[in-house]
Amino acid sequence: MKPAQFAYRDPVTVVEALNLLAEYGEDARLLAGGQSLVPMLNFRLVQPAVIIDLNGIEELCNIQVAGDRFRIGSMARQASVESHRDIIRGWPLLVDALRHVAHPPIRNRGTIGGSLAHNDPAAELPAVMVALGTRMILQSAREQRTVPAEFFFVSPLETALAPDELLVAIEAPVPNPSAGWGFAEISRRHGDFALAAAAVQLIPGETGRAPGARIVVTGVAERPLRVSEAENILCEGAWSAARDKAIRAAVETAVEPFEDLHAPGWYRQQAAGVMAARACQDALMRGADLAARHD
Amino acid sequence: MSGERRTVRTIINGEPFEREIEVRLLASDFIRHEAGLTGTHVGCEHGVCGACTILLDGAPVRSCLLLAVQLSSHNVETVEGLGTAQNLHPLQQSFWEKHGLQCGYCTPGILMTMKAFLAENPNPSTAEIRTVLAGHLCRCTGYQQIVESVVGAAQRMAQLPDVKA
Repeated sequence: MKPAQFAYRDPVTVVEALNLLAEYGEDARLLAGGQSLVPMLNFRLVQPAVIIDLNGIEELCNIQVAGDRFRIGSMARQASVESHRDIIRGWPLLVDALRHVAHPPIRNRGTIGGSLAHNDPAAELPAVMVALGTRMILQSAREQRTVPAEFFFVSPLETALAPDELLVAIEAPVPNPSAGWGFAEISRRHGDFALAAAAVQLIPGETGRAPGARIVVTGVAERPLRVSEAENILCEGAWSAARDKAIRAAVETAVEPFEDLHAPGWYRQQAAGVMAARACQDALMRGADLAARHD
Repeated sequence: MSGERRTVRTIINGEPFEREIEVRLLASDFIRHEAGLTGTHVGCEHGVCGACTILLDGAPVRSCLLLAVQLSSHNVETVEGLGTAQNLHPLQQSFWEKHGLQCGYCTPGILMTMKAFLAENPNPSTAEIRTVLAGHLCRCTGYQQIVESVVGAAQRMAQLPDVKA
């Protein structure tokens, strides 16, 4: 239950960190908030030769609204994102989902980027990133590139990050203030990983574009799963018992739930449908409320 | 064979503390074995049980998920900083009076989390207390008396406006 030996590097700039990554590559692990990596070190599930601690890099902690875009630095603590005024106003889906991420002492230390780069298949934040249409900014000593959230999460604990790349920030357009959203989760205790959860963001129609929605479920597949069939059903019109049933059926068909000691696969499958339907209904109600307020 | 070493300079319960340690040493073990403050308990060592919770710059965090080297230039508060046997902190007094503990293993972590929680929520509902308490495992009390203890502490602190939250 104690970490094996490692060499410790604590860069204070992104450039320094990238040079260290280029030097050590797969021998190194990046230490963000440590709420997933340190347990793995304690259990010796991972024994990296080098730990590159990102906690001294202030430039990675910024939370900015620049024009019509949000940008959250990867080392922003989950607790500081959750209590940030602009995020509360502009990205309520993210704030609501964050309250389901473990407990306050974990969120005080845990970071946005750490959770995303770790990519636990039952985590909330990856699903929310896909629902919000976020883009991941990846940087290495070689280049900077941008990957849409939908293509960033590959499989459990695997992302599009190359061994020499660092997730520096996430970025997305500020959503239309009248866009409805919903988040629903079922877990054994508050703060546990999701047995099933769903994140829904509505995208109001603009000139020449039909309204849309992103419905993403987590805990029931290899990665956050966007269910386009359910999105189509949701966009057809007002809520009804038939629509609720159709959305649940679409989600149940799409998921590939696994089984563990917490819940059998069939339970997760049904729960995912119910969570998605609840989140959809909340999104429609909120959307209507918000639109009425802005008229 | 010994691994890479570094000197940690930190402040624990208001007192500067400096020690050269191995970089792989956990903050929980640093506090217990180097600083000798054994009030911080080690339960699961993977962030689940909450027994090792300390305040880092005023915010509750799991000390088993921190490296000791990460404490450098930061302020640490442990249960030893709360009160003394003669002069208990209102939280400690209330846990005593309301039977908020039996074996006491989980108590220091709960006290540290609740200290920060009550500072931000001086008049919490029992539902809010239970949500925060979900981050701490207790095998003795069934949690009911812990909730009552926190309610009692909040009332006590409201009556003593000068008490250090």
